[in-house]
Amino acid sequence: MDNTPPIPVAEPVNRPTTPLPPSPALEQDPGTFAPGELPLTDQAALKAPPMIEVEGINLFYGTKQALYDINLTVRRNTVMALIGPSGCGKSTLLRSINRMNDLIDGVRIEGRVTVAGEDIYAPGVDVISLRKRMGMVFQKSNPFPKSIYENVAYGLRIQGVKDRAIVDEAVERSLIGAGLWDEVKDRLHDSGLGLSGGQQQRLCIARALAVKPDVILMDEPCSALDPLATGRIEELIFELKRDYTIVIVTHNMQQAARVSDYTAFFWMGKLVEVGLTEKLFTNPRERMTEDYISGRFG
Amino acid sequence: MGRHFDNELKDLKFSLLAMAGQVEEMIGLTEEALSDPGGTKAARVNELDRAVDEWDLKLDQACIDLLALRNPIASDLRLIASTLKIVPELERIGDHCCNIARRYRILAPQPTVLPGDGLERIGAETRSMVRRAVDAFVNGDAALARAVIDDDDSVDALYQGLYKDLLRVMLSDPLSIERASHLIIVIKNWERIADQATNIAEEVLFILEGVNVKHAYLRDSRL
Repeated sequence: MDNTPPIPVAEPVNRPTTPLPPSPALEQDPGTFAPGELPLTDQAALKAPPMIEVEGINLFYGTKQALYDINLTVRRNTVMALIGPSGCGKSTLLRSINRMNDLIDGVRIEGRVTVAGEDIYAPGVDVISLRKRMGMVFQKSNPFPKSIYENVAYGLRIQGVKDRAIVDEAVERSLIGAGLWDEVKDRLHDSGLGLSGGQQQRLCIARALAVKPDVILMDEPCSALDPLATGRIEELIFELKRDYTIVIVTHNMQQAARVSDYTAFFWMGKLVEVGLTEKLFTNPRERMTEDYISGRFG
Repeated sequence: MGRHFDNELKDLKFSLLAMAGQVEEMIGLTEEALSDPGGTKAARVNELDRAVDEWDLKLDQACIDLLALRNPIASDLRLIASTLKIVPELERIGDHCCNIARRYRILAPQPTVLPGDGLERIGAETRSMVRRAVDAFVNGDAALARAVIDDDDSVDALYQGLYKDLLRVMLSDPLSIERASHLIIVIKNWERIADQATNIAEEVLFILEGVNVKHAYLRDSRL
């Protein structure tokens, strides 16, 4: 279930009132940093090859343009945080990466999105198998009203996997991957709805992991969780990036700073600035980014 | 955050300025102590040092509190992190002033061993560097901060010249050795104060531009 409020299609085109900087010269190419210049940056993240490449995306909900010429590269085994005020287009972009916007009537998209080199909007792309390669975790945990085991096994079941041993292995691997195994291994057949909020969210992550995706998309995964549960998810994100590429939408600046390697700041459908998180949070290039992340926006 | 936090940052800046103002006053009094055999200027320098030390504690705590409670980022973070580094520089300048003033007080009643205005010049030049480093902070003036950093070389040159002069004095007149030894330490203290003004100017550049200009030779050797 998606918690995004319905999109007001009837509204006039909502254009930025103040001039934005020209489409950012993407500072994503890390260039050469002096040794120790960005000591907290995961050095591997600087060299990782691209996993997701968004090229010149314009997206329209009916007549309303929601994204303006977005160019963004997400490197393999890194975490990209998308930040910006509500309605800035970050969730829309996230949903463009697994073609979930296709489910909304009247959506038109221009430009190219490639995942692992494959153009996902090319004619003939199998959307279902595409989405299998992209796990998605939503703001509100949404386990199915089924057992913990069946929640995790769900993706395999709809793929038609019947072999019990394969499913068992996938469930265990995914629950371990989501850091939930030790807490639920003795009650795998209890309802997933009986878990705490934080556990339910990790169950949803386990469900996403079961189908071995390339990419995990997270839309405010911790906004309904207490600080302890949030901390566990953040630790988990750190673990998961060893095997997956992660894009996370968050309204929590500290969370973006803690978990991501790169951060992209959006405003009114435009990408204002993208760069290494460590740099963006200590010395952003754009005044607008500075105002937003320091809570002085508007 | 917003307005409340902005006011807290403003308070932090004002406090730092108050501290810097007292340090500047100490430097002026220290220069005058050389011609004050009664020692009232030197005594005043010591009094002010206590106030500066109190500011040191207060500002330290204020920075820690803001870091803990406000999660500052970007330029706010740079301001607070740099304040944490500027404050001990100012405190140290105060200590150097006490040291110089104490020696000036000893020397003031005695005949001078150093001809010329070298002592006045190194004092005045150093005071100017501190004042302009603080002005650069107040006015957000990166060009001024850079000028302060450049001026460090001229104080170094003054120091070298005075050092040689004092060695010559000691060699030519053994009775001047005690007074000249005091002055050797005094000029070293002035030279250190100029270094600390340079450090403050470097922090100002970090606050304004987010660039770390310290230890330029390391950067050059990497290229």
